[in-house]
Amino acid sequence: MNVLTDNFSTYWKGFLGTVELTVYASVLALVLGFVMASFRVAPVGSFRAFGTAWVTVLRNTPLTLLFFAVLLGLPRFGLVLPFQLFAVLALGCYTSAFICEALRSGINTVPRGQGEAARSLGMTFGQTLTTVILPQAFRSVIPPVGSTLIALAKNSAIAGAFSVVELLGTYKTLSELGYNIIWTFVWIALGYLIITLAISALFNVLEKRWGVAR
Amino acid sequence: MKALDHSATALYDIPGPKTERRHKLYGLVSTLIVLGLVAWLLYLLFDTDQFTATKWTPFEYKGIQELLLRGLGNTLKAFAVSAVLSLALGTVLAVGRLSDHKPVRWLATLCVEFFRAMPVLVMIFFIYVALKVEPLPALVAGLTLYNGSVLAEVFRSGINSVERGQREAAYALGMRKTQVMAYVLVPQAVRAMLPAIISQLVVALKDTSLGYLITYEEFLHAGKLIASNLDYDLPFIPVVMVISPIYIGMCMLLSWFAQWVARRQRRNPKTEAADVAPAEPGTLLPGTQ
Repeated sequence: MNVLTDNFSTYWKGFLGTVELTVYASVLALVLGFVMASFRVAPVGSFRAFGTAWVTVLRNTPLTLLFFAVLLGLPRFGLVLPFQLFAVLALGCYTSAFICEALRSGINTVPRGQGEAARSLGMTFGQTLTTVILPQAFRSVIPPVGSTLIALAKNSAIAGAFSVVELLGTYKTLSELGYNIIWTFVWIALGYLIITLAISALFNVLEKRWGVAR
Repeated sequence: MKALDHSATALYDIPGPKTERRHKLYGLVSTLIVLGLVAWLLYLLFDTDQFTATKWTPFEYKGIQELLLRGLGNTLKAFAVSAVLSLALGTVLAVGRLSDHKPVRWLATLCVEFFRAMPVLVMIFFIYVALKVEPLPALVAGLTLYNGSVLAEVFRSGINSVERGQREAAYALGMRKTQVMAYVLVPQAVRAMLPAIISQLVVALKDTSLGYLITYEEFLHAGKLIASNLDYDLPFIPVVMVISPIYIGMCMLLSWFAQWVARRQRRNPKTEAADVAPAEPGTLLPGTQ
């Protein structure tokens, strides 16, 4: 029971590591997901092909393999970055594929007439997408994006197993110190629960404020 | 022009000759940029001697091929066992959640919510480290608990998506609840759920690679063994180049199968009405929905 009180700093460091990883990777995933969703609906064929390839490959890659390739593989051919940054890259790129698909399904929920009206006002593709379609699409994809980001937070545990400072990773330190392993895991589980519940609460608020009433 | 879905064509007009030329230019430029990136990557790979013979010879040895095949076999074994067990657990939990008895319903809900909320890896590590279980059963147990809970929700939404009149009619005929389920609801629900179930199995297949982290001797583990061999000058990148396409290919095949089933279902008038929530993408917990 006293594992937490005795080692609060270890837990706190792990907890913050998970939060940091989640926040940075979320930002990367949202930005990349937005770009890829725009690519996938663009009028230029090669953009669409690139977006489709990105999503198909990343959605079908096991995340462990991606971490393996990025964290352990990239340094072998000359790309040396901090481990944390590699983890953010892997996690962000992986999740961006799911964000992209959520956004694309959101674009489908915007009535066709809106796009047609925008076009008849003489808007270009970029204007139609960014000023008319996407703002509305964003509102209808708040729940799926929320669950994707919760998944991201849970997936960040894999980074810990690849020795990035993170919540799950703390079990190693504490079991070496001889603490009861079961209680260690109870506290780790609680940490994840706090993070995922916080994200889902945040998205509930967002949905209440901006969600589309149907 | 290639066929597009309606949403895409609503975003821009069908291009005229001038725009067509402009689009071709964009296409050309972006293709060149991508090609440039690929060329740079290839240059980096050559520059760091990733294509030297020593790094690729290991794949010619029978022992190493066997090691990889054994790893692949272990991956598929873990996948098969956890798929079967997840389906079983999913059924049990779904039955529990649809039960008429409050405590049973409550217990099943608690299980489903808890196991969906935990990272799979934390559960696997807990079973492996704290309960001191062997790697394979630990991996299978973790995957089963997680995917079983997700599948339980898929089953439940499938059964709830069957039109109300069906169940009412069955009750009116004097069937008992078990009969209504077994003869009326489940047969219709299964058809509608099939694509969602297969998509969830893709998640299970992808997650078998977590076994690597608890030293289960699966495909990635075999790759790591070869990659860290000094005799072949640490062929890390070649190993990644060999195992990634196989992993991604397996998952893609299963994904395509799910899509194919879904397309067939859409054409099938028997299941047209029932619309099942798709399995969640990736390993994830659908927060509060």
